[in-house]
Amino acid sequence: MKLAYWMYAGPAHIGTLRVASSFKNVHAIMHAPLGDDYFNVMRSMLERERDFTAASASIVDRHVLAHGSQERVVDNILRKDKEERPDLIILTPTCTSSILQEDLQNFVYRASIISDSNVIFADVDHYQVNEIQAADRTLEQVVRYYLDRLDRCYRQEKLDQFLTNAPSVNIIGIFTLGFHNQHDCRELRRLLRDLDIGINQIIPEGGSVEDLKNLPKAWFNLIPYREVGLMTAMYLNKEYGMPYISTAPMGAVDMAEWIRQIQKNVNTLTLSSSIKRVDYEHYIDGQTRFVSQAAWFSRSIDCQNLTGKETVIFGDATHAASITKILAREMGIRVSCSGTYCKHDAEWFKEQIQGFCDEILITDDHAEVGDMIAKMEPSAIFGTQMERHIGKRLDIPCGVISAPVHIQNFPLGYRPFLGYEGTNQIADLVYNSFALGMEDHLLDIFGGHDTKEVITKSLSTDTGLIWNPESRLELSKIPRFVREKVKINTEKLARQKGIETITVEVMYTAKEAFNS
Amino acid sequence: MSVKVYETLTVECETGNYHTFCPISCVSWLYQKIEDSFFLVVGTKTCGYFLQNALGVMIFAEPRYAMAELEEGDISAQLNDYEGLKRLCIRIKKDRDPSVIIWIGTCTTEIIKMDLEGMAPKLEWEIGIPILVARANGLDYAFTQGEDTVLAAMAHRCPEPELFVCERKLTIQNYFAFHSIKKHELGEYANSPSLVLFGSLPFNVASQLNLELKRQSIKVSGWLPAQRYTDLPSLGDGVYVCGVNPFLSRTATTLIRRKKCELIGAPFPIGPDGTRAWIEKICPVFGVETQGLEEREERIWESLKDYLDLVRGKSVFFMGDNLLEVSLARFLIRCGMIVHEIGIPYMDKRYQAAELLLLQDTCIKMCVPIPRIVEKPDNSNQIQRIRELQPDLAITGMAHANPLEARGISTKWSVEFTFAQIHGFANARDVLELVTRPLRRQKNLEDLGRTTLVIKKNKFKMSQ
Repeated sequence: MKLAYWMYAGPAHIGTLRVASSFKNVHAIMHAPLGDDYFNVMRSMLERERDFTAASASIVDRHVLAHGSQERVVDNILRKDKEERPDLIILTPTCTSSILQEDLQNFVYRASIISDSNVIFADVDHYQVNEIQAADRTLEQVVRYYLDRLDRCYRQEKLDQFLTNAPSVNIIGIFTLGFHNQHDCRELRRLLRDLDIGINQIIPEGGSVEDLKNLPKAWFNLIPYREVGLMTAMYLNKEYGMPYISTAPMGAVDMAEWIRQIQKNVNTLTLSSSIKRVDYEHYIDGQTRFVSQAAWFSRSIDCQNLTGKETVIFGDATHAASITKILAREMGIRVSCSGTYCKHDAEWFKEQIQGFCDEILITDDHAEVGDMIAKMEPSAIFGTQMERHIGKRLDIPCGVISAPVHIQNFPLGYRPFLGYEGTNQIADLVYNSFALGMEDHLLDIFGGHDTKEVITKSLSTDTGLIWNPESRLELSKIPRFVREKVKINTEKLARQKGIETITVEVMYTAKEAFNS
Repeated sequence: MSVKVYETLTVECETGNYHTFCPISCVSWLYQKIEDSFFLVVGTKTCGYFLQNALGVMIFAEPRYAMAELEEGDISAQLNDYEGLKRLCIRIKKDRDPSVIIWIGTCTTEIIKMDLEGMAPKLEWEIGIPILVARANGLDYAFTQGEDTVLAAMAHRCPEPELFVCERKLTIQNYFAFHSIKKHELGEYANSPSLVLFGSLPFNVASQLNLELKRQSIKVSGWLPAQRYTDLPSLGDGVYVCGVNPFLSRTATTLIRRKKCELIGAPFPIGPDGTRAWIEKICPVFGVETQGLEEREERIWESLKDYLDLVRGKSVFFMGDNLLEVSLARFLIRCGMIVHEIGIPYMDKRYQAAELLLLQDTCIKMCVPIPRIVEKPDNSNQIQRIRELQPDLAITGMAHANPLEARGISTKWSVEFTFAQIHGFANARDVLELVTRPLRRQKNLEDLGRTTLVIKKNKFKMSQ
């Protein structure tokens, strides 16, 4: 048992639901008590989703506790099958219902015999893995389900194992409620078009499970974020010999590295075909110097001012590691501490940022992160929403670079973190965070633009009215932003009616009078 | 599916597959209401994730609530629950020093049968802070019913009335005929037994209702809950109690059965009609004749005129998730709206009897059929019905709001009614402010001609 106010990664079923609802025409059913379908609210609110989220609950109530789910789960699966005709239904328990240890696998088996949809049971342990790991596993499970089944049933016949003629890739790991995933996806598409590489499939976002059988047609796989997609890539590598690139194309240096890896992969496979070898060096050079402003920006005198400034970075493994590298090696900013809450990926993280920061922090306790920031007193923080609030409390500016996120991290405008446009966005984010911090500091020194408190709103304070103690207390309870208005209105009414002493009653009479 | 019209009041029951908030969300408003409390939610990551997301920024403001997150060892009983809770509560005592710690039992504690009620008194004695237990879990309750479980638990801690002290004083005064200033004070109110109101309302709203009753010379002797735990009202034989919210049936039952209070069954003070009916039910109990109530209600309706013009003749569909639905529907019908359906998670016909009666009367008065009341609704069926009925407004949870808007159905998030100030005469306008907001927005955007923004082939496509 531990005392917790906040968590960086959600429970496992959220990960499963994110994968399921990213695919087209896949329905997720939670075996959960009333109120556990909060995922639908998040998707509808944060992503401003126009469609009904394809996730519903098979409610566990007191009755289920006593008698077991019996036919209920199977009925709910079959009902969804009839109503929505999904290609696939994924059944998942939540933390609570997994303790019941009902044989959900058996329900799935029974339902799959009758239903037209495929039905699977999300194979995640709710007390062992978190949201991110569960998403990774579920994606692999879905891909494996479609490919293995195909292998078994129609080996050689239907599975078209030939590669596409022109070089092509699968992008794995773009999905709903991901941090700037939609923008990153668009940026990757643009990059690949520039490189003359076709996109075979993007999964899970917008993908169709029926098409998964064609995944092996791509020449290789791209895993932009290592949190989700790596398991799938490893599976495809083992079963189909597909190479994969798990470098995140974030920041100019890693971008170049990423494109060179693509080049290497393409060239290895073109050996046997008639297509000529590719050379992207020219492209990298042009993009780095002129399309991306980041390289020039770090040379400009603006960025000079940032030299040696201290920062703290915290986030998921991919973003925290990439941003650490960008700040340290591309902008010359000192990273006092860099950390991640992806404890399961700690080794990789440490290896990545070795030499780019003074200290490494691996934890999922926000209090520990807060204490560390307070101790370091950096000029800026780059972290999640939690760090933003820590920063607010400590008066340190913060740029948000990773999930968990809030609604403002789902911008309508184009804000990728990946690719060359991404380098521009990151440079802006970094620079703005510092600039604000600096401005604030200067304002503090010179006493600010304006005095903070306005002594009085009205020109004459002598109203001649007396507020009795109760009404004064009542007034102080009214939220500050409307208090002045309430005060003015009440006094206005009192004067109109010739009342000299203002009581609570007068206040509310005034409220009614001025409401209309 | 055809839509039935009823002449009398009927309550249907559907499958119960609907979206609502988990009842543990009550901590968000209760910790603010009860200033010296600390809420400890004993549950899993799922509960924590819900709270953290549902309460948004509140979580960063050092709230007086936390999760006691159960780990695998707790579930499999490898760890000692009592020791675990003791450790956390001692830490809470040290960090925050609350006057009461309220344990919120969740689905998980139910399933693993953690004996919170058994442990609380023992730990209370050991650490010296009152510990209350409320089982606000999703297995049994929906959303606002969470408050009900907390208040029911709190009712047990209300002190016995010191009625006798008062009485003795009076007797002594009578015997010795000393004239004290106190007497004058007593004269201000009707000479009557004490009245305790139950239901958590913001400070301002509670004092407005107090004032409303004071105008009728009725003194409210206390509220459950009070602003501080240490100020809980005295309850006992002969104390009259009256609810201000429709979801407090357990609390009402506890007050009647365990504390021997007299319950005044009344409609709820939501909307001017509800507020008037509420006062009218309370007054006769204390032998008071209401004064100027009719005019007062009339004046309020008068002041709502601009909003009433906007809602008159418009139709509304309640999907149901917070139990305020019947009261709100009754008010909106009185405003001239047509209510297609009242979805509601749970319907206590006894506790809500007066409210249901007022609904029926209102329908007759306004010459509209009584809307169907659907208990434990099925969201999927409801969306089909919304599709057929094309209401002007759907009052719904956030899971459905954006998808419905994209299909040209105006929506209002039901959750806002829970957090807004909607009680009493003075706040009637706030209810309509909420209800009309989507209608006003729609009016502003009318000329753009893009009411549906989903791809045509979508099967939930509703209007052009």
